Amino acid sequence: MSGDKNDIIIDVKGLRTAFGDNVIHDRLDLQVRRGEVIGIVGGSGTGKSVLLRTILGLKKPDAGKIKVFGIDFDTLTPDERRLQERRWGVLFQEGALFSALTVAENIQVPYREHLQMNNQLMNELAGVKIAMVGLRADAAGLYPSELSGGMKKRAGLARALAQDPEILFLDEPTAGLDPIGAAAFDELINDLTSTLGLTVFMVTHDLDSLYATCDRIAVLADRRVRLIGTMDDMLASDHPWIRSYFHGPRARAAAPKVK
Amino acid sequence: MTGAAFKFETVDGTLRFYAEGDWSIAFVSRIDEDLRRLVGTAGEARTAVLDVGGVTRLDTSGAFVLNRMATAFEASGLSPRYEGLQAQHRTLLEKVSALESPAVPAVARPRASIDVVERIGAGVVAFGREAIIVLEFLGAVVSAIFDVIRHPSKLRVVPLVHHMERAGFDALPLICLLTFLIGAVIAQQGASQLKQFGADVFTVNLITIIFLREVGLLLTAIIVAGRSGSAFTAEIGSMKMREEIDAMRTLGLDPMQMLIVPRVLALIIVLPLLTFVADIMGLIGGGVVAMTQLGMAPSVYIERMRDSAVFWTFGVGILRAPFMALAIGLIGCRAGLDVTGSAESVGSQTTRSVVFSIFLVIVLDALFAMFFTAVGL
Repeated sequence: MSGDKNDIIIDVKGLRTAFGDNVIHDRLDLQVRRGEVIGIVGGSGTGKSVLLRTILGLKKPDAGKIKVFGIDFDTLTPDERRLQERRWGVLFQEGALFSALTVAENIQVPYREHLQMNNQLMNELAGVKIAMVGLRADAAGLYPSELSGGMKKRAGLARALAQDPEILFLDEPTAGLDPIGAAAFDELINDLTSTLGLTVFMVTHDLDSLYATCDRIAVLADRRVRLIGTMDDMLASDHPWIRSYFHGPRARAAAPKVK
Repeated sequence: MTGAAFKFETVDGTLRFYAEGDWSIAFVSRIDEDLRRLVGTAGEARTAVLDVGGVTRLDTSGAFVLNRMATAFEASGLSPRYEGLQAQHRTLLEKVSALESPAVPAVARPRASIDVVERIGAGVVAFGREAIIVLEFLGAVVSAIFDVIRHPSKLRVVPLVHHMERAGFDALPLICLLTFLIGAVIAQQGASQLKQFGADVFTVNLITIIFLREVGLLLTAIIVAGRSGSAFTAEIGSMKMREEIDAMRTLGLDPMQMLIVPRVLALIIVLPLLTFVADIMGLIGGGVVAMTQLGMAPSVYIERMRDSAVFWTFGVGILRAPFMALAIGLIGCRAGLDVTGSAESVGSQTTRSVVFSIFLVIVLDALFAMFFTAVGL
């Protein structure tokens, strides 16, 4: 593929988004490198999820350019756009599984819609994805309403991975999970990124996740990316919000876990 | 190179398999069937070599089919090995072969004949159960209403007035317009039929009796069931979903008195009033047609109307209204309380509530019609 020489996989330049008079982002720049796990943090209302939705094209930016895979999606025709969109996978906060379909059928939706694939291979591949995200074998035939929160996230992840995307977007992947489930999920993300060579764009609140999975962290504050860098850069910063976030009581509890 | 390709040959008892190109999901699905066939044609080979040096891209689906093939060769005693495997592909292949992926069961579809019988049975049982639940709920609501009558201080006046406004006053434009139009249509159709007998003046009797006895109430009740019954279900249902009703209970508030009695009472008060307005509007609609199509003077229309109707013509209509209101309120609130955690259950309960309350309105109307005929009104 063409990507290897092209280091930057997501390139956001001068982004401005607003809801009415409420400006969320103003002249925001962000570059994500191919193959890294980047964590987006910020206080409530700083527009972490809005940034994710804007990159995905679910919300129109008011100004600025967004390039994913080096392509400006605004210049594409709808058909070309759909083709490119298959190169990323998204795990929404609540899983966003289709409630009328079983877990296996949820995973098979993109196969059914985009690829001419026989039923046998479809079932086999759904089985692979289910095993890959660590779901029990009998989860395949269950409906989303029969799943626990953690299983929903895993099933959502399996669907996001259905087409072997190059970028995985995660919106608060560990929110609502118990600490053990969250730690297992972090481990799963690490495992998948190393075997599949994914780029991961993760919006999170979870300090443990940041320590456990992220190569780099981007802090949203004052309507733009205030600081981007490794955990050490975060700890060294003297921006008040970043200080209280990474040096607060919860941060101290999370930190010793890294070796 | 685009697309996944493969070729194979058997040399000296060794099956050599060459894979090349892009073995990712979009292309793997195209060669899947051929690959399955290949496994069966191993023939007299004793070992198998999978040469994947030409593979430019490999994803999980590609790794899966390669691994599936290797496993199948293994099972037929060929002891396969890979050649030319790149490092990053090896990790993926190892990962995929270590997975114990479950067999996704094919969906079992029951026989249509059995399925139909089963569904009819389930429907009948569900209907019976629903009837008992509604009856039980009726008892609870009626006793709560009597409780309010004995201790008027328990009545929540503000919600009562609020719901009267929402279910009654706000429904006026819609009800006025619809009953006016239906009145006009009935009069116009009646006139054109009765004209054939030279009895077109009896159009007035037709419109008066049909509207006062039946249509005014029926139309109003159906509109209110669709408008307010569904709103009750959706409101109470979303409160139930967000655990607001449980929160009320823990704060020592009675949801029955807070939510249900004001709504049901509001409907009982408002539906007769709306029916009255509907009757008037229907008669006006009929009058407009009588004037324009039959050339009847308004004073004559009113005169003939008074001749054709007695008090009980109007009475048997308006008397049913509170009962219909009770039915609509009960079904609407009950369906709301039946909502379980999910948002889609709010939707399905709202649909059920509207269908069931319109059904009940029409059944009640028929029962009352038979009753009033039997007692000679």
